[in-house]
Amino acid sequence: MIRILYFARLREELGCASEELPLPEAVTQVGQLVAWLKARDMKWEQALTSNFRVAVNLDMASLTTPLADGDEVALFPPVTGG
Amino acid sequence: MNISVQQEDFDPGAEIEQLRQANVGAIASFVGVVRDTGGDAAVSGMTLEHYPGMTEKALAGIVAEAEARWPLVGVRLIHRIGRLAPADRIVLVAVSSAHRAAAFAACEFIMDRLKTDAPFWKKETTPEGERWVAAKDSDRQAAERWC
Repeated sequence: MIRILYFARLREELGCASEELPLPEAVTQVGQLVAWLKARDMKWEQALTSNFRVAVNLDMASLTTPLADGDEVALFPPVTGG
Repeated sequence: MNISVQQEDFDPGAEIEQLRQANVGAIASFVGVVRDTGGDAAVSGMTLEHYPGMTEKALAGIVAEAEARWPLVGVRLIHRIGRLAPADRIVLVAVSSAHRAAAFAACEFIMDRLKTDAPFWKKETTPEGERWVAAKDSDRQAAERWC
């Protein structure tokens, strides 16, 4: 299983704060997971078209970051703290 | 390194005073405040969301990087979350060192990196309703100049 978290504008657009799902077969990188989510649902297709960032296991990551069973993946807009 | 992510307000004077000690020649600090305008709209308040767990880890990483780059004695970092009103304090960075150059530089470095690397998001309340604050390109450029 992997856990996916959504924050801020993305969480609101998707109406979803988190979900758990079996790591889809053939998904070994963040970019492949994003493509899988967009293919799964039109809402994800639209929400993940705009600029977003990704973290894996609490560290900033990129679309080529590897994924493994048990990972926590977070998708969120560019940050605006401070 | 002393880092807090909290709803409660803080006392900048008391926090800065905590850093004063005999081997410290300089304390530099920054306090971020909620502005009552955003672009051309009046802002009556904001809500700060964050990613619990990652926030603390990201802030600790930024402070550790500052400590590796400059000879610092102490660092105090506080970032507030939740509902805030105009003129409320949002963030405190206070840095102490033997000399001022390191304290000034490290304080600015920590704020610049926090703006692009720490998972906080601001949502403003305006007369037209609530809106998420967009990330600024100038913040990204400010962070990149330290690379």
